[in-house]
Amino acid sequence: MSISLSHIAVRVEINGKLYDREVEHRQTLADFLRENLSLTGTHVGCEQGVCGSCTVLVDGISARACLMLAAQADSTKITTVEGLACNGALHPLQQAFWDKHGLQCGFCTPGILISLVELLQADAQPSEAQIREVLSGHLCRCTGYQNIVAAALEAAAQMRGPAP
Amino acid sequence: MKLAPVTYHRANALDEALHLLSDTPDAMVLAGGQSLMPMLNLRLAAPAHLIDINRLVELDHIREEGDFISMGAMTRQRTIEFSDLVAAKLPLLALAIRHVGHRQTRNRGTIGGSLCNLDPAAELALVTCLYDGVMVVDRVGRSRCVTMSEFAVGFMSTALAAGELLSAVRLTPWPKSHGYGFHEFARRKGDWAVVSVGVLMTLDAAGKVDRVAIALGGIASTPLRRPLAEAQLLGAAPQLDRLDAAAAMVDDIEVLDDANAPAWYRRQLARVLTRRALVDAARLAGAPL
Amino acid sequence: MTHPAQIVGRRARRQEDPALLQGAGRFVDDIPMPGALHAAFVRSPLAHARLGAIDIDAALALPGVVACYTASTMGGLLTQPRLPIAFPQGQLGPEAMPFVLPGSETCYVGEALVMIVAHSRSIAEDAAALVDIDYEELPALIDCREALDPQSPLACVADPIQLFKRFKIAYGDAAQAFKDAHTVVKVELRQHRGAAHPIEGRGILVNPDQATGTLTVWASTQMSHELAHTLCKMLGLPETRVRVIAPDVGGAFGSKYLVYPEDVAIAAAAHALRRPVKWIEDRREHFLSAIQEREQYWSVEAAVDSQGRLLGVRGQMVHDQGAFAPHSINVPYNSATSLPGPYILPAYDLDVAVARTNKVPVIPIRGAGYPQGCFTMERLLDRVADALKLDRGEVRLRNYIPRDRMPYPTPMVNRAGAPIIYDSGDYAYCHEKALAEADLPGFRRRQAQARSRGQYLGIGFAAAVKGTGRGPFESGTVRVSHDGRVSVFTGALAMGQGLATALGQICAQGLGVGIEDVDVICGDTSFVSLGMGGFASRQTVTAGSSVHLAALAVREKAIKVAAQMLDELPAKLTIENGLIHTPGNAGSGVPLADVAMRLRGLPGYAFPEGAEAGLEATFHFRVDQLAYSNAFHVCEVEVDVETGFIRLMRYIAIHDSGTLINPMLVEGQIHGGIVHGIGNALFEYMRYDEYGQPTTTTLADYLLPTATDIPHIEVLLHESPSPVNPLGVKGAGESGVLPVASSIASAIEDALAGYGIRIDEVPITPLRLLELINKANVM
Repeated sequence: MSISLSHIAVRVEINGKLYDREVEHRQTLADFLRENLSLTGTHVGCEQGVCGSCTVLVDGISARACLMLAAQADSTKITTVEGLACNGALHPLQQAFWDKHGLQCGFCTPGILISLVELLQADAQPSEAQIREVLSGHLCRCTGYQNIVAAALEAAAQMRGPAP
Repeated sequence: MKLAPVTYHRANALDEALHLLSDTPDAMVLAGGQSLMPMLNLRLAAPAHLIDINRLVELDHIREEGDFISMGAMTRQRTIEFSDLVAAKLPLLALAIRHVGHRQTRNRGTIGGSLCNLDPAAELALVTCLYDGVMVVDRVGRSRCVTMSEFAVGFMSTALAAGELLSAVRLTPWPKSHGYGFHEFARRKGDWAVVSVGVLMTLDAAGKVDRVAIALGGIASTPLRRPLAEAQLLGAAPQLDRLDAAAAMVDDIEVLDDANAPAWYRRQLARVLTRRALVDAARLAGAPL
Repeated sequence: MTHPAQIVGRRARRQEDPALLQGAGRFVDDIPMPGALHAAFVRSPLAHARLGAIDIDAALALPGVVACYTASTMGGLLTQPRLPIAFPQGQLGPEAMPFVLPGSETCYVGEALVMIVAHSRSIAEDAAALVDIDYEELPALIDCREALDPQSPLACVADPIQLFKRFKIAYGDAAQAFKDAHTVVKVELRQHRGAAHPIEGRGILVNPDQATGTLTVWASTQMSHELAHTLCKMLGLPETRVRVIAPDVGGAFGSKYLVYPEDVAIAAAAHALRRPVKWIEDRREHFLSAIQEREQYWSVEAAVDSQGRLLGVRGQMVHDQGAFAPHSINVPYNSATSLPGPYILPAYDLDVAVARTNKVPVIPIRGAGYPQGCFTMERLLDRVADALKLDRGEVRLRNYIPRDRMPYPTPMVNRAGAPIIYDSGDYAYCHEKALAEADLPGFRRRQAQARSRGQYLGIGFAAAVKGTGRGPFESGTVRVSHDGRVSVFTGALAMGQGLATALGQICAQGLGVGIEDVDVICGDTSFVSLGMGGFASRQTVTAGSSVHLAALAVREKAIKVAAQMLDELPAKLTIENGLIHTPGNAGSGVPLADVAMRLRGLPGYAFPEGAEAGLEATFHFRVDQLAYSNAFHVCEVEVDVETGFIRLMRYIAIHDSGTLINPMLVEGQIHGGIVHGIGNALFEYMRYDEYGQPTTTTLADYLLPTATDIPHIEVLLHESPSPVNPLGVKGAGESGVLPVASSIASAIEDALAGYGIRIDEVPITPLRLLELINKANVM
């Protein structure tokens, strides 16, 4: 068996920064982010697309980075957890997670934040049921999800701003 | 695990994809990746080549073409979920698609990928079977149409020959007044269904069933229609005892059997879920249930 | 005993969070190590086999492969082939410990047999696929009950024992109790194997630092010092040459509470190759080789008087220990001694067989054997209620140890030999408070209405007691630096529970500084010489107490020196926000930084009189008695009698974890424990076929609860301070798990009341429930 170490060129924008890189054909997007770009905030928990720890936004839409090849990221715009805070200020979701104890070990958290960012972009006032439905695509072994739901509701309220 | 060594090819147009497919030995097509990548990540599949068709925008469409709705094979499940056309013309599909995986997997998963994967209880395969869907299969220089029953050959295996690519699926909508029902049994939201059932039904002016389709997933190696149960309902009002009787007929075959879900369990679920789907469909069709 | 005032008791936000939220956590796979090599393992495909020739030639020839190790080449790097015993000498034989790499026999699917080290994980896996091993398949022992049959195959030919141990927990006169009984009830129960499945798997990175001559190890572990100690022993290195650092740990739940063969193999390779080597477990490996727990068969009966009061319990339990017993019999011992729970049990006679099987070894997973003991007792009590036609709640109220009998000495001893004494708790109060919250009469009305519509609702409840704060100690050092910053060092380890924040609160309160002035460093062996780590819900009790005492000692010392500087009596001084002053005179106070500088000393100059150098104190608070937390859970379910589907509608939990350092963190632990318990109760079924092949090896087959499976959990908190430690705290990490399975089982039986359905197996799957429903002809 011969090893194919052949590479392919990829141009991808991540958190607003453009990268030109050569990637191994068989490298996943998750491993590319972590190993080639040292963006280790995106985590790998199962390599099956089940746990959701690797979730990122690809052209604004959530996707499992473990189920994409790095080569497929060419000409896309990707947002990872490292791109959520703005000029040192936490995203309202991050702030709400902090206030509501919405994380414990923090390993599943980046993927969940990404999915919730997507939800709140589409729906400014999600119900608890809708939040739980989005969360059902993520596994958390620490929190029991309850405080995550509370944090999401809090963030949504904060982002809607004070009532007129 | 990490993928076995593989050579990646990216097709930018359908024609290019078809040529790559026919010229490249030991190649698999990479569509949404939600079924294939987990297998590659476990080295359960280790083709020498992958042909990425995600750039084939011509395969990403939902449109009316004469009597049917055509959906390109690369149409994302998410697009189907939010499509006004699907909601209006194929409401059962709009209902069933919400059970397919999770939001995050529907974002990239495609209808073509699901149909080619052909899990026995997969919702999209079930719906296609229910609607007597027609698959458009392309190869270099030729396009052919295949019915769903011809396409679904066996357990997770389709009639696609070497060099062939599923390019679209055509579903013919039912009349506006039709009723529909969809039920599945899964352990958790988004899990693969153990058994899934879809029903379409129309009633005539006298309130009798004049057309009905019942399809089941998860009891046989492919989704299948239940013609005997359907025949049982024709020509009579869909009263509960008739619906029960039809539901009791759906498992008159050799049913799948494994440690997770033995045959008796699948049979019971099939009958229960069919009855529920029939009741939903009858009600929506206007029956006073 | 200190009772919390300002900082302790506060729902303080965690100092750990900002980094984690921004993706700046440092888990072991995030640690940058240019030039690191990567390891993969060839794992046994068979449950039991003799190992013949191992051909690594093709693997070694693959470009990018640096080394391949088998038992013989690994043996040359180690002082001994097996891991050292982690239990008292003589309790079990050394063959209870696994090999680093076995040479002649493999005893479970997934056992690591060959290690490949390469430039990338991908290449290492490519090479692993090229390794060829001759296997002579041997009969496997899969069902642990068969280990009691002398005719059954041996799980391990080289160590021909069928049982690791057989022991009895017995006190009182059980025989007489059964003679005197008004009623006897019997249960036959089974719990299936489960795995821990933290979302971050295991991982280790070993860097042989040529400049310092030290092996620096980052490990996703629950026990840094134990790992360092074991590596020193296995590699023949002195303590000063190995440093273990626990980075951010992405959950553990017991799976990282062991020094694994892989850990030793990686360190040995790194040391021999003089290159950093990293191994990051993938999910499949976690299924195949990370520890599992829970599988037990119980056959027990309870004798009660006419009022339903317990006279005695007796029976047998068979525990599936897997192929090795690295933690000896800790789990079954816990299970056996936890059965009495919060109840007065005058007589007890349990025979326990710890069976060796050809499966992954067993050590504690969150709950540590207590869930099984609790499930058994709670099921027995439900049967008693049914047999005597008593309310299930009333039966429990008649049997609880009353509050005024605390501390309550049971006739049992824990594994340290110390008597099991329940230190504090008000079981009846918790029971009644939770049931009041549940509004039982209101539920019964809803239940009746639902039944008339053909809907089946049920309510169930269960009580539990959990020993926490396992000793003998945990280290805690508090140090004030020259700049006034306070450091806390401890051998305790964080794996998500917010330990740094909790210890920071304890230190800040004890010393008189703000939480923001405290840095807590956990699980780094270069900062503290001794430590045990995170398991058994122990760290707030043990590390918390040590840090508390250290903070108080530093406070006292600082005041004594400041008194000299201010020419004041020590009794008149207080410390607030790092400033030592007399009340009302903050303007003329002395900052802690100044005291620290004084105690640093200046060569040749005067030193504070009567003081030891440094503003620092270390404590190893000694404890052998456990602190017993208790819980009472109420669960409402809806059962679909046509499909067997179980929906959790409502969940109420009251927990008493003693004094609460940070109620927000405690609630989080309770949520997590309950959801883990729901996993065990309804979803988690680690399936093995009759050949010992695991058949649920992905997270799509082995189900963990998701957010749509869990109802909102209402948590009530009660505090009965513990007298066994100065803070009065009790652990909270595991207690949430214990009563869940029986609450749910009881609720299902209540939903189907009148049909005689009895739940005797966990997880309770719709398939199994439908079988029972069909047999009982419901509807």
